[in-house]
Amino acid sequence: MKSFERYLLERTKLANSHTLAVYRANGGYKALEKVLKKPLTPAEIIAEMKASNLRGRGGAGFPCGMKWSFMPDPAKDPRPRYLAVNADESEPGTCKDRVLMEKDPHGLIEGCLIAAYAMRLQAVYIYVRGEYRKSYDTLLAAIAEARKAGLVGKNVMGTEFSCDVWMHKGAGAYICGEETGLMESLEGKRGHPRPKPPFPAGFGLWGKPTTVNNVETIFNVPFIVERGGAWFSSIGTQNSKGNFLCGISGHVEKPGVYELPFGVTAREIVDEVAGGIWKGRKCKAWFPGGSSCALLRGEDLDVVLDHDSLKAKGSSLGTAAMIVMDDTTSMARVMEIIARFYDHESCGQCSQCREGTQWLAQIFHRIATGHGKPDDVATLESLAKGMAPGKTICALADAAAIPTLSAVRIFKTELEECIRQAKDPLAPPRVEYAGAH
Amino acid sequence: MALPAKLIQEFDELVTHYPEKRAGLIPALHRCQEELGGWVSPDTMEALAEYFGLEPVEVYGVASFYPMFRLTPPGKHVISVCHNISCELRGATELMEHVCKKTGTKPYGTSADGKFTVWPVECQGACANAPMIDLDGVYHEDLTTEKVDKLLGGLA
Repeated sequence: MKSFERYLLERTKLANSHTLAVYRANGGYKALEKVLKKPLTPAEIIAEMKASNLRGRGGAGFPCGMKWSFMPDPAKDPRPRYLAVNADESEPGTCKDRVLMEKDPHGLIEGCLIAAYAMRLQAVYIYVRGEYRKSYDTLLAAIAEARKAGLVGKNVMGTEFSCDVWMHKGAGAYICGEETGLMESLEGKRGHPRPKPPFPAGFGLWGKPTTVNNVETIFNVPFIVERGGAWFSSIGTQNSKGNFLCGISGHVEKPGVYELPFGVTAREIVDEVAGGIWKGRKCKAWFPGGSSCALLRGEDLDVVLDHDSLKAKGSSLGTAAMIVMDDTTSMARVMEIIARFYDHESCGQCSQCREGTQWLAQIFHRIATGHGKPDDVATLESLAKGMAPGKTICALADAAAIPTLSAVRIFKTELEECIRQAKDPLAPPRVEYAGAH
Repeated sequence: MALPAKLIQEFDELVTHYPEKRAGLIPALHRCQEELGGWVSPDTMEALAEYFGLEPVEVYGVASFYPMFRLTPPGKHVISVCHNISCELRGATELMEHVCKKTGTKPYGTSADGKFTVWPVECQGACANAPMIDLDGVYHEDLTTEKVDKLLGGLA
């Protein structure tokens, strides 16, 4: 792997990296100062964001600058407007935003303030999944520190710019990581995604213009403002720019959250960064970016981990959370767990998803426990095709259907063998218990 | 049941963060669960409904949607064991078995002495440090059965 410059995780390695003093001593709040004192215009910041080609790091990869530009002009639409930071990190395998929030909270706060200035927002809400108590507490303390230092609240850095940043706690529902589910939840309701259109930029929180951005996306903003969109855009591959956080978990020697530039291959990440497949084994399968991406085979590891390359392989970058499985892994068991997860997390609004995720979970369960029926693999495929794409209000049904279709395609023989033998030859130990919904 | 004055005071400040009062409901449910016995009782839901100007069934509808809110009283210590994919690949099943054996309980159950509740949970975002448990709201990662014994042994 070629050497590269790190910027995302550099501060997290310092002692007391969560404090304002350490943040400031390492260049913190310089980008905000540049914005407010120069001053830059909101249009200039959005132009810089567009030039950077930063794509959202929450899974969908939508261009951030373009998303910001969808917010209406306040001269024509004077309604209050908001940013909701999506810190509901819940996609299985994904554990990257947590590192930023626990170790470098001011980086996120500074990004929020610049976003607020650029989109002329009244307030920012950071929606953190309820289980991330440490992230919540660290950010809450950092916001208090920033407020005391005149960086959050009225007249930031003594200028006309005012913005509040509030912490908000979710309560364990994966669906609230979907942007409209998040907004419903933030309003104090069940996290039921809303049909789109209307889109959040026109009708978001409390019916007002709203942008929803992932933590890592916002975290990149101060770097782009300080060093320029051209600098950011010089890193990476054609349509995937900058460094990104890759969380790698499962059967590797050194699981972890690593900063990498786009352009490295999955094999480089597994072998050179994560210490190789554990126990000297071989890679059987892997998810490139969380469990809702299509599975890839071990021999696909030479693919570059970026948006276009993974799409060409029939998968996607998702949250860049690689989940690696060695050659002893039971794919029936893997898919049983993944299908159970989406069944558990379906909000129940759309019948394709509510019923479909349940059926997928039941079928994978019976295959994994030696009770599969002869036509189960065909049923899985036809069910998954009935659930997606684009048949439901949000993409949770797709998130269950995509890995299912990939498993049926790549590991058909293995699943059929479990059915034929009335047992899973690779079955790991298991504890039987019924799920609680 | 009336909400404790301390919570009312907190909620009065909390709701100023939002243009609409109801947005404080989920944070308020968390605080009630933390302060009022580790669960959200029907009485708590009624009191919150009154505070937020909602029907009790609306509060129930919200509380019952979110896995973190307990609608039945848990044991003194709550052990959430992640059973999602990254943890499973690194021994979550053995961990679950061990935790249940050590505490004399079953998944989704409470021990006879009321000391432990063991709850299987979906991905907690500790994937790179799997397997993990959340013990009374604190993450413990990179676990082995020995580490679990030490953790549980230290509990009153």
